[in-house]
Amino acid sequence: MADAAIQPKTYYRVAAALMGLLALTMLADALPLGALHFPVAMGIVSAKMLLVVLFFMHVKTGSRLVRVFAGAGLFWVLILFALTLADYLARGNWPPPPLGP
Amino acid sequence: MPTLAPPAPEDRSAADRAATAEVPPRPPSGAVLAEQFDDLDQQREADTLGMWVFLATEVLLFSTLILGFVVYRFLYPEAWHVGTEHTKFWIGSANTAVLLTSSLVMALAVHAAKEARWKAVTWLLVGTAALGALFLGLKGLEYYLDLHEGFWPGAGFDVGGPLRQQVELFVVFYYCMTGLHALHMTIGIGVVLTMAILAHRGTMRGHMHVEMTGLYWHLVDIVWLFLYPLLYLAGG
Repeated sequence: MADAAIQPKTYYRVAAALMGLLALTMLADALPLGALHFPVAMGIVSAKMLLVVLFFMHVKTGSRLVRVFAGAGLFWVLILFALTLADYLARGNWPPPPLGP
Repeated sequence: MPTLAPPAPEDRSAADRAATAEVPPRPPSGAVLAEQFDDLDQQREADTLGMWVFLATEVLLFSTLILGFVVYRFLYPEAWHVGTEHTKFWIGSANTAVLLTSSLVMALAVHAAKEARWKAVTWLLVGTAALGALFLGLKGLEYYLDLHEGFWPGAGFDVGGPLRQQVELFVVFYYCMTGLHALHMTIGIGVVLTMAILAHRGTMRGHMHVEMTGLYWHLVDIVWLFLYPLLYLAGG
């Protein structure tokens, strides 16, 4: 079986790493990072996602086709975000008028 | 009423071939080969691919919500700051830890299912569902506190002073995102408990059902991993 390679010991290590990253997230939240808060938080959560996808969801040991399918889902999301945010962030009338009466 | 057409000659010969084919040895997990597949590996690959296609649609469903949230975060940063200050940091953090633990337990359940240790599978799945229920309980407690503090969109909403209407938009996103996620958690708990019952009765046909349930559970976990910094942290 393709993913027989992942053993419980690995799962425990991955879970410990995930908890460490959660602690890191909470620590970063308390630090005065200012505008860096958002990119730092998104960077940490991306690392968490990769750990879960690669190990818990067996993509690391999965077939190439499964990897392509999983990667395609992520790639389409990246297109969705990149094009939409490129539009909003590149507009001339930024920031827009506030909502309200 | 249309009448049933007689089976085509190819079908009959296929059936004959299936009837005379050698029965492959059953793997320890007791997987049953469906007739449309050549072997268990092919069946397993098809199951996994189908699940990933479904998961990709789920990813896009949540991504559109998150994208809208992020766009408005750039539009109204002050209001979003008021919103993330209001959400309960410790409940959100505890729930993240609960879900990460549940994913570990789920991964162990899938591992046990591959080795056909059905008693262990049953209890690990029950543990996964229990952690899921704990998550929903904490989320419910948070909703309860939110409602008591008037953190609910609609007439009379008054959080954020002059930024009131922008904060209200944050609150709408908050309930849509956490609500949709909680719905997925509820479905997940139902599926996990169903698998636990099948494993307990010994009527599970192979480990793939548990593995597919695991993929869904992990994806719902990942969705929360993203919702947590967006809704609870200062940088969200």
